[in-house]
Parts: sequence; C-alpha cells; structure tokens
Amino acid sequence: MGSYVLRRVLQMIPVFFGTTLLIFLMVYTLPGDPVSALFGEKAADPAVVASIRHKYFLDQPVWKQYLHYMGNLFQGDFGTSFTGRPVSDIMAGAFPVTIRLALLAFVFEMVLGLALGLVSGLRRGSLQDTLVLILTLVVISIPVFVLAYIAQTVFATNLGWVTPTVQNSYDLSQLILPAVVLGSLSLAYVARLTRTSIGENLRADYMRTAVAKGLPGRTIVLRHLLRNSLIPVITFLGTDLGALMGGAIVTEGIFNVQGVGNVLYRAINTKEGPTVVGIVTVLVIVYLVASLLVDLLYAVLDPRIRYA
Amino acid sequence: MSTAAEAAGREREAPYEGPLLDVRDLHVEFVTRDGVARAVNGVDYSVRAGETLAVLGESGSGKSVTAQAIMGILDTPPARIPRGEIRFRGRDMLKMGKDERRRIRGRRIAMIFQDALSALNPVLSVGFQLGEMFRAHQGASRAEARAKAVELMDRVRIPAAKQRVNDYPHQFSGGMRQRIMIAMALALEPDLIIADEPTTALDVTVQAQVMDLLAELQAEYHMGLILITHDLGVVADVADKIAVMYAGRIVETAPVHDLYARPAHPYTRGLLDSIPRLDQKGQELYAIKGLPPNLLRIPPGCAFNPRCPRAQAVCRGEVPELYPVAEDDGRPLEGRGSACFFWKETLHDR
Repeated sequence: MGSYVLRRVLQMIPVFFGTTLLIFLMVYTLPGDPVSALFGEKAADPAVVASIRHKYFLDQPVWKQYLHYMGNLFQGDFGTSFTGRPVSDIMAGAFPVTIRLALLAFVFEMVLGLALGLVSGLRRGSLQDTLVLILTLVVISIPVFVLAYIAQTVFATNLGWVTPTVQNSYDLSQLILPAVVLGSLSLAYVARLTRTSIGENLRADYMRTAVAKGLPGRTIVLRHLLRNSLIPVITFLGTDLGALMGGAIVTEGIFNVQGVGNVLYRAINTKEGPTVVGIVTVLVIVYLVASLLVDLLYAVLDPRIRYA
Repeated sequence: MSTAAEAAGREREAPYEGPLLDVRDLHVEFVTRDGVARAVNGVDYSVRAGETLAVLGESGSGKSVTAQAIMGILDTPPARIPRGEIRFRGRDMLKMGKDERRRIRGRRIAMIFQDALSALNPVLSVGFQLGEMFRAHQGASRAEARAKAVELMDRVRIPAAKQRVNDYPHQFSGGMRQRIMIAMALALEPDLIIADEPTTALDVTVQAQVMDLLAELQAEYHMGLILITHDLGVVADVADKIAVMYAGRIVETAPVHDLYARPAHPYTRGLLDSIPRLDQKGQELYAIKGLPPNLLRIPPGCAFNPRCPRAQAVCRGEVPELYPVAEDDGRPLEGRGSACFFWKETLHDR
C-alpha cells in the first residue's frame, strides 16, 4: 500500500510539469497583445510598453519565461496580474467561494443521487424506477444554462424564495440554488450509475449466497450489495469533485457567483496570462490529488486492487 | 463440537424419524418473454439424516432449480411454483412465512455452490463471511464470530487458519475457496446440506480431496446431503442413492451401485456409455444423439423419446410414470424406479 501511494505521487510529477507547460504555452501564444490591450483605444507610449514587457518577462523567449515562472512558483509566488494585483490574492478571493459551491453541489448530488439510484435499482420496473429514469433523462438532456434560468424564474421570480443572483458569494444559503443547478447533471449520472451497478450486483452469485445464508434483507443490501455497487459510483464522484473545484463558468456567470469560474473567464478574455496560468496550475494540483484520493479509496473498497 | 454447539444455544431436537426432506410433486416454471419454461415437472424425492442423495442430470434438467426451490432462493418472479410440497421435518416450507423460511436457510438447510470464487463476496474477508453466520443467526459478537470462523477453517483443514482469517477470497486457491464454502455451510451444523456441483470448478486431484472432506463431515454430523452433479464419477463413492433427472422429471432412481451395474432407463444407459474408458482407447466415444429439449417446448410423451434408441409410438403419446423396477421373477428391487415403458428390456440390455 505504501509503495503504491509513493508510486502514484511520483507519477504526479511529470503530469504536473507537462500540464503546466502546456497551459503556459497556450496562454502565451494566444493571438493579441495583452500589454497594448491594457491601454484600450489609446495609443501607448513605446517606452512604457517596453518597461511593462520587461517587468513581466514578456521580452524573453517562452522557455525562459516558463523556467522563471516555475522558479517563482516553487517559492510560493504565483506572480502578479497585469493590473498589479498579486495572483495569489485573486485566487484567495475566488477559491473559498468555489470550494463552498462545489461542496454544496457535491453533497447534493451524492446524497440524493445515491438514494434515487438505490431505490430504482432495487425495484426495477416499478413506478419509482420509471420516475427516476424519466427525471434523470430530462436533466441530462437540458443544457445547464436552461436549467439555471428555469431555476431563477421559478424560485426567484415566481416563488420569491431567493434573489435571482447571488449578492454575497460567501453566504452559504445564497449558494444553495446555484449548487443545486450545478450538481443536477452529476446527480442524474450518479443515480443512473448506482441503479445500473445495483442491478448488476443483484444478480451476482455472492448475493445468492448471502440469501442462502439466511441473512436478514437489510444486511444483504447494506453489507453485501451496496459495498460492491458503490465502487464505480465512487470513482465517478471523485473525479467529479475535481471537476466541480475547477469552477463552473456558466453557472457562476448566470448566478453572479464570484468564484474561480468567473475569474478565469474574465482573465481569459483580457489575456491575463499570469492569472490564467496560476489558477490552472492550482486546478491541476487539485485534480491530481482528487484522482489520487479516488484511487486510494478504490483500493480500500476493493481488496482485489489493494494487493495487485 | 457438540458442547460448543450447546454453548452457542443451538437447540438440539430429538432425532427426526421420518425423512428430513420430502419433496412431493414439485413444479417450477419460469415466465419468460417467449413463454413459460417448465423447468421442474413433478419431482419427488426424499432424504433422511445421514443419507446422501445424488441428483444427476445435464444442464437444464432441473436439478439446480429443484435445489434452489428447496433453499427458497429462486427469484420470484420470473420463477413460480404452481404445485408441489417441500416438507422439511414434516412441515411444508412453501406454506411458511418469509421470516420463518429465512431462519431455516443457513441454519437448518445450507447450500454449497459450484464456483466459490463468484459465490463468495469479493470485498469481504473470508473470516467475516464465515462469522456472519453466527452473527446473523446467534447474535454473536464480532470477536466471537471471528474466533468461530478460525475454528471452522481449521475444521475444513485450511492451513494457518489464524493467519488467513482476514484474507479475501481471491487470495485463496480454488480448492481452499471451496473448503471455505463448505465451512460456511457447516457453520451452524445444519440438518441438511445441498451441494450444487461442489467440485465441478476444481482440478481433478483437488476434486477428490474436497469430496472426501464433504463425505467425512457429513458422516460426522449425521447430516442429510443432496449432491447435485452431472459427473457420474463423483457420485459413485459417496452417494447412497441416485435420482437421474431429465427435462424436469426424475427418470430413474436407484441405490448407487445398482444403477451403475444395471441401469433401467435408456437415458441413464446412455450417460453410462458416454463415460470414457481406458479399455476402449482408440474407439469412438459414445454420445447420446440430439440435444436436451427446449424447456419452452418439451416434446409430448416421454421427453427423452426424440433421442431414445428404444422409442416406440407409445413413447410419443403417453408420459411414463416412475414404475417400480423388479426382477423377472417379480422380486421388487429395493428403491428402484424407472420412468420408461421398456424398463424391463433396458434392464436386460447389456
């Protein structure tokens, strides 16, 4: 187990450098000049432009810029945005919001998704099962922005339970509606995945053994069925948590949540290289850690993997 | 072992005189999209304490379905039992409530499955799965259950039981896994064990070991044993009597050695003839012609008639009942029956 973790951590190193290099290259080869964009319509003074370029190392070749950036990164310095604000400051404002939103969405999709999947998987062909199938199909086929507008119309405009957009992004209660919208698609997948997995495992030989042992029904479902059925669902949930942490550009935009998605979107539009690279670097780390945790959890749930 | 059983609070009843298990006119059908598959069509058999009944037949003959009906582990639907009785110690289990039925499973009647690797839960340790029997039926604590699991593993001669109790099924060899299945069936010292092809998935050398172990434990605990198999070699040494099944019916019953020496049904004869023998090396191996019947459309009359070398017009028109088999002088042969109009001729056929 220990060597497995070590191996996985070592594997993360080349992935980390590869992905950061890629995003670095992509941002810095984007067409358009971020520095002249700073000046808007006005003609820029060449001397000022040159000094800004020098300050941000934009006059150096890309590989030198990358090395310089990575060097600073390992000292905990994410650089400074073109507006002069440190990128770490920008992230410190956006990430707490996104983490809250992501965790809310995650709890919502996990709890409700598993419950719906369990109910419909255990009673295939029943009314509940059909309802779950139809509902999840609807959610999967509706684009998230449509769902967001429907939610706004119903809960804010018609019912008046919430304000249409979020006033204070740090207030958990205001984040509930965006979180529900954000988590609904994954909820549908979790419910369907759980349903399929339960259905498959219900027919497994070890389930027949559990019945033949004379175990009570609840023990059979909770101890024998659920544990085996959850393995694929947990894999999905783990990677989805990584994806949720990456912020939700559409949902955050519609509900005016000042999270990572919103900040990243603006940064890309204004070609704020340092901000984009900084945020994406953190997201890469979050993703890598999330997938490592999923794999470890997987090994805990399935002993056949633990010793492989 | 009996003191341990008493300590565990297992009530010991007076030995039951009649048959432990008495199956009467059992019918099982499966409702499928293409129609009703009649898997079991009127099976009668009985087992006493200490007795071994071997149920022989091809796949699809209904031998496993009968066993699952006895265990009460058929999925209903698609399965249903339109007729019949399954009496355990004189009481019809088909008329019992769900909970009473569950308390019999595992405790009074236990089952051993064919493929131990898939029949054991892959994500729970074998010690846990063995201990579950004591926890579910006797309310044992986790620690007690674990100790008893080790005891059981010793009982079925798994080496280093104490060290291996926390291992998972995939870490054991096929033979050891089947021993764990046997230990699990044996856990609460049931009155009856149903073993559904217990050695089919094993190497030939391991087959004999597992079979011997099963026979030994059965004798020790004086249990009834139903041994379901398609392998004539497996049953010869351990069974007392044999029931041969075909298309959901019993076509022949006999004490084990009589059946081998003088089969009284053409199907049994065909099965015996299709065993490879060393003294026939180089000759073509005999095979029963044709295929087992489709259970959705069982042929009218005797279900075996399309494949039978002896078939006459009567075989296509009437279903033969299980006739008692007797010698030419009318002396009845104890325990023998054949569902063939021509049992007499078959008996003399050499």
